[in-house]
Amino acid sequence: MPDAESPVIVAKGLERRFGALVALCGVDLSVGAGELVLVVGPNGAGKSTLMRILAGLATPTKGRVRVGGMDLHADPEARGAIGFLSHQTLVYDDLTARENLRFAAALHGLDGVEARVQQALDAVGLSHRSDVRAGTFSRGMSQRLAIARATLHGPPVLLLDEPFTGLDSPGADALRQRLVVEREGGRVLVCVTHEPAEVWDIATRVVVLRGGRIALDAPRPADLAAFRATYASMLVT
Amino acid sequence: MKTLRAALAIAAKDLRIEWRTKTALLTSTVFAALVFLIFVFSRDTGTLSLRELAPSVLWVTLALAVLTALNRAFLLERENGALEAILLAPVSRSAIFWGKWLANLGFVLIIEGVAFPLWILFFAVELRPILLLVALLALLAAIGFTAVGTVFSAMTVRTRFAELLLPVMLLPFMIPPLFFASQGTVRLFEGRPVADAVQWLKLLTLYDIAFLVIATMLFPKVMDE
Repeated sequence: MPDAESPVIVAKGLERRFGALVALCGVDLSVGAGELVLVVGPNGAGKSTLMRILAGLATPTKGRVRVGGMDLHADPEARGAIGFLSHQTLVYDDLTARENLRFAAALHGLDGVEARVQQALDAVGLSHRSDVRAGTFSRGMSQRLAIARATLHGPPVLLLDEPFTGLDSPGADALRQRLVVEREGGRVLVCVTHEPAEVWDIATRVVVLRGGRIALDAPRPADLAAFRATYASMLVT
Repeated sequence: MKTLRAALAIAAKDLRIEWRTKTALLTSTVFAALVFLIFVFSRDTGTLSLRELAPSVLWVTLALAVLTALNRAFLLERENGALEAILLAPVSRSAIFWGKWLANLGFVLIIEGVAFPLWILFFAVELRPILLLVALLALLAAIGFTAVGTVFSAMTVRTRFAELLLPVMLLPFMIPPLFFASQGTVRLFEGRPVADAVQWLKLLTLYDIAFLVIATMLFPKVMDE
């Protein structure tokens, strides 16, 4: 795990344009180990664009992202430091849970694949369904498999893009508990959601995006209701 | 080493899924058989012999069957956003191209492996004296088809009309290997000197090398948003 003193993700001057549309503009963000940064904002604020750039899935028009000291968009190795969990599971329905994880391990060039896969399956409670096709899984089980896939290579950074979508209450609780474990283990977590309450209690910091810019970057306030009022006023001004 | 391992993992994954579902292989081989039958029954038996028709029909049918198979290559990755998991891997984008290309080449060779006996059967073709050269033409054509096909299927997969766009974009680039393979086969059928067919084999080889290099360089740009 990274040194808690120095930021693991450093994004500087991020800008992303789609033709004339400016999706992100002048975004600076540094996140250190053990932080869980909650990113909120209205539709079209640039949340998903920011996450895709931080994950290395999209290239910024301007600016750069360093992860663990490596330039994310210049060095493919830097992507190995990132785990990405979204509302989509990123797994193949026609492969079993074990095969999906073996494939992820091969892509990341991991050693001791079988032991790692078994450990990941145990950690998400899918050992008993490991040889069943992922297409037969419930939404909750699929998301557990997605967590196993995203954390299999032990990335210091876990990016979460609307990870609670479609999860029932027990599934959401289980995911929250897992995120606490990851945060306490020193992992960097950045979570985009349209509903702050989903991770409010476990977040350490809140970032509000509006019109592609950071409108607020502060430690998480204690009172969610007060934050909602502030947030609403930020959107109308 | 990491690139090679990732490429092989991608190819093995695609082939495993296809073996399990058999979607592309079954569709493409049934399609090839149907096209052969259509040509056999729709020709004017008085003016056009099966032997004259056979080489062109073989290559047109294979090109169309390959299109059907290539359509699936990246649509598979759209399922649950799986392509993103591959793009997140700490390997160069070229590894993804080589993996997908290897899998596509495997599909196309299987399709050819099924289509050739059907073609021999339907067109009463005597291939024995020229079998090796025709097989070589088939292999080289498959390499060319799949090199350009892999790039174009990656290019169209994020569009709304991927299934419609792919043939329109890909077919113009399939014309050269289709032409070279067809001309080579015609010459072998006519019993011309082997050197006549070899020049078409050379052209196919040149096309394959050129497009494998171009595709490897172009693919990362296609994958990056």
